[in-house]
Amino acid sequence: MKWLSQNWEHVIGLMVNHLLLAIPAIVMSVIIAVPLGRLAQQKPWLGKPLLSFATLMYAVPSLPLLVIIPSVLGLPLRSSATMIVALTLYGVALMVRTAADGFASIDQGTHEAAIAIGHSRRSLFWKVNLPLAIPVLASGVRVVVVSTIALVTIGALLGQSSLGTLLTDGFQRGIVAEVLTGVVLTIVLAVLLDLLVVLAKNLLAPWVRSGRAAV
Amino acid sequence: MLKKLSIVMSVIVLAGVSALTGCTSNPDPSKPTIVIGSQGYYSSEIIAEIYAQALEKAGYAVDRQFRIGPREVYLPEIEAGRIDLFPEYSGPLLQYWQPGTTARLGDDVYAQLQQATPPGLRVLDQSAATDQDSYVVTQAFANQWGLVAVSDLAKVTTPLILGASSNALDRPNGPNGLLSVYGIEVGFTPIEDSGGPLTVKALKDGDIQLAIIYTANPSITANNLITLEDNKGLFLASHIVPLASDNVDEQAASIINAVSAAMGPGDLIGMNARSVNDQLPAQTIARDWLTEKGLI
Amino acid sequence: MDYLLAAFAWLADSSHWTGRSGIPNRLLQHLAVTSVVVSIAAVIALPIGILIGHTHRGSGVVGAIVGAARSIPTLGLLTLFGLGLGIGLRAPILALVVLAMPSLLAGAYAGIETVKPEVTDAARAIGLSEWQIVSRVEIPLSAPVIIGGIRSATLQVVSTATLAAYIADAGLGRFLFTGLKTRDYAQMVGGAIMVITLALILELILAGIQRLARRISHPQLLTTTMKRN
Repeated sequence: MKWLSQNWEHVIGLMVNHLLLAIPAIVMSVIIAVPLGRLAQQKPWLGKPLLSFATLMYAVPSLPLLVIIPSVLGLPLRSSATMIVALTLYGVALMVRTAADGFASIDQGTHEAAIAIGHSRRSLFWKVNLPLAIPVLASGVRVVVVSTIALVTIGALLGQSSLGTLLTDGFQRGIVAEVLTGVVLTIVLAVLLDLLVVLAKNLLAPWVRSGRAAV
Repeated sequence: MLKKLSIVMSVIVLAGVSALTGCTSNPDPSKPTIVIGSQGYYSSEIIAEIYAQALEKAGYAVDRQFRIGPREVYLPEIEAGRIDLFPEYSGPLLQYWQPGTTARLGDDVYAQLQQATPPGLRVLDQSAATDQDSYVVTQAFANQWGLVAVSDLAKVTTPLILGASSNALDRPNGPNGLLSVYGIEVGFTPIEDSGGPLTVKALKDGDIQLAIIYTANPSITANNLITLEDNKGLFLASHIVPLASDNVDEQAASIINAVSAAMGPGDLIGMNARSVNDQLPAQTIARDWLTEKGLI
Repeated sequence: MDYLLAAFAWLADSSHWTGRSGIPNRLLQHLAVTSVVVSIAAVIALPIGILIGHTHRGSGVVGAIVGAARSIPTLGLLTLFGLGLGIGLRAPILALVVLAMPSLLAGAYAGIETVKPEVTDAARAIGLSEWQIVSRVEIPLSAPVIIGGIRSATLQVVSTATLAAYIADAGLGRFLFTGLKTRDYAQMVGGAIMVITLALILELILAGIQRLARRISHPQLLTTTMKRN
């Protein structure tokens, strides 16, 4: 506690950095994964390889990815862009399958009824399919949120400032309170963001209240 | 949904950012803003913070880019002009630019370093303070085999395991150098905390017998560890030396040179001890030291 | 792309395939760590998950715990355990077990929960004990989902087990750290390719087992109608 009382300003700064890396990545993951999931669900010949690729993407260890991305995109090794691109790749990989499941979960009758009452393709997606898929999509977003928040810490190994900095610095100096602060605050951030997603889901899809955790 | 969420989040984030940036002293607009970096090593951060506070006192605006991982990550950024000032270590820096260098002593290393520094960059005066790799053993092990210098390791008849970061594998002071310069064969266990608490714990647990630990690491005295004398010159001298870009003007350079002149080897160990044992943040340690030396 | 070519050249070099720190040995160590971790985690998590799924009690609490547990930074856990336990494999194995638990737990309780109440009620009516309902009805019926949990846990552990090399001389992660610290990026990417290959093989095996379980537990259904996992 003594350590925290002397360093709380620094800790808040790191928390802000943490969010500045995580939130753009989470938003981008969802923006990319939802249409991909829709595509995968509509066109199984494309969907199968896409989903397998996503699974494998998730198996790529993060450290080499953080070194390869800059060389491919011509970025410096230490840049928030590198980190955000990497986190987005993992986020999309995690979410695309749930997104496909979400669209698959829509009752075929509802879908056809919507066509029958004259929805265009476009409004079918925005006004019928997307809202109906929200409960399942939200469970996918929740998984992306918590795992992205946790993954940001790895960037500390390459000098990307975040709550992960407390882990590496506390380790070098042997300050357990510092490492613990890093671990606990990472979890707190994840839980808070997760609550926000649940809140948003309840606002946007009030017809389902009980959420079941995604597997 | 996402739009709402991202608006909410950006408001929170912006509030945090503005709360943080409201606390700088008033810089002189005619002077350049100096970007100062540091390694992902607490001791390097303390020195960088000393540079920063000394320059701020003279009216320079400072952008702190601290705790940037290993040299492989930050040196390209310095060479690209994104960082202006960086506390470096003379030996390892020279080795980065000239892996085959034969210089070992402080002044030779510094002279060669001045030659090796690429255009657009320069090294300022080196400090008497050093923080260099060294071989360390426990007191019990030193007593058991009568070890004082590295060459004494030849007397040890049980298997020796060296614990260090994996970068020792291709550096002259790793197992290869130990074999070629001293003729001593050791096993190797990688521990990636750069001679930190895990390395010390492994020494005390007997998982390793020999470790590479920085000489200014306060855990050496705290744990009664013995630093073996490098009598054949395996390790390069490693003085604190500021690496600066052209953006660091004459006045700023003289301020930093004054800092380097005031810093002795004991100062560095003392400040590191305050960081590790008293758990003080770099800002406090830097401010106290500058005040004590009458530099701010 | 240069990195990829260099990495394949590194992999093709036969001198990297022998000895204590050769690729085959590192691969075996990695596989051993992964199986030990997933086994320990399964022994702990699966019974708890099955119990919760069967009793329908505490699933809200566990849902919250599973969510929070996913956010634990493995690097932080590894550091904390390392400071306590020292170098070697104990700290990484412990940290990875914590990493593997959420997926296993979620797979087990979500799987059991999806078994329809009519089915369990029918089993009760013909005189099966609670234990028999769990072992003969619920577990077989939910096996595909439970195996799905094992599958995602395994995938996570295989890729994260690279962190074990931070404090232990073991696993494919050694190539990543040595490569990073000695600027030998061919070695680093080569190691990563091996990790992905191992993940791919394990993924194919587990997907096969899952398909088999699905065919046994739901013989009347076409496999394509089961979308989960």
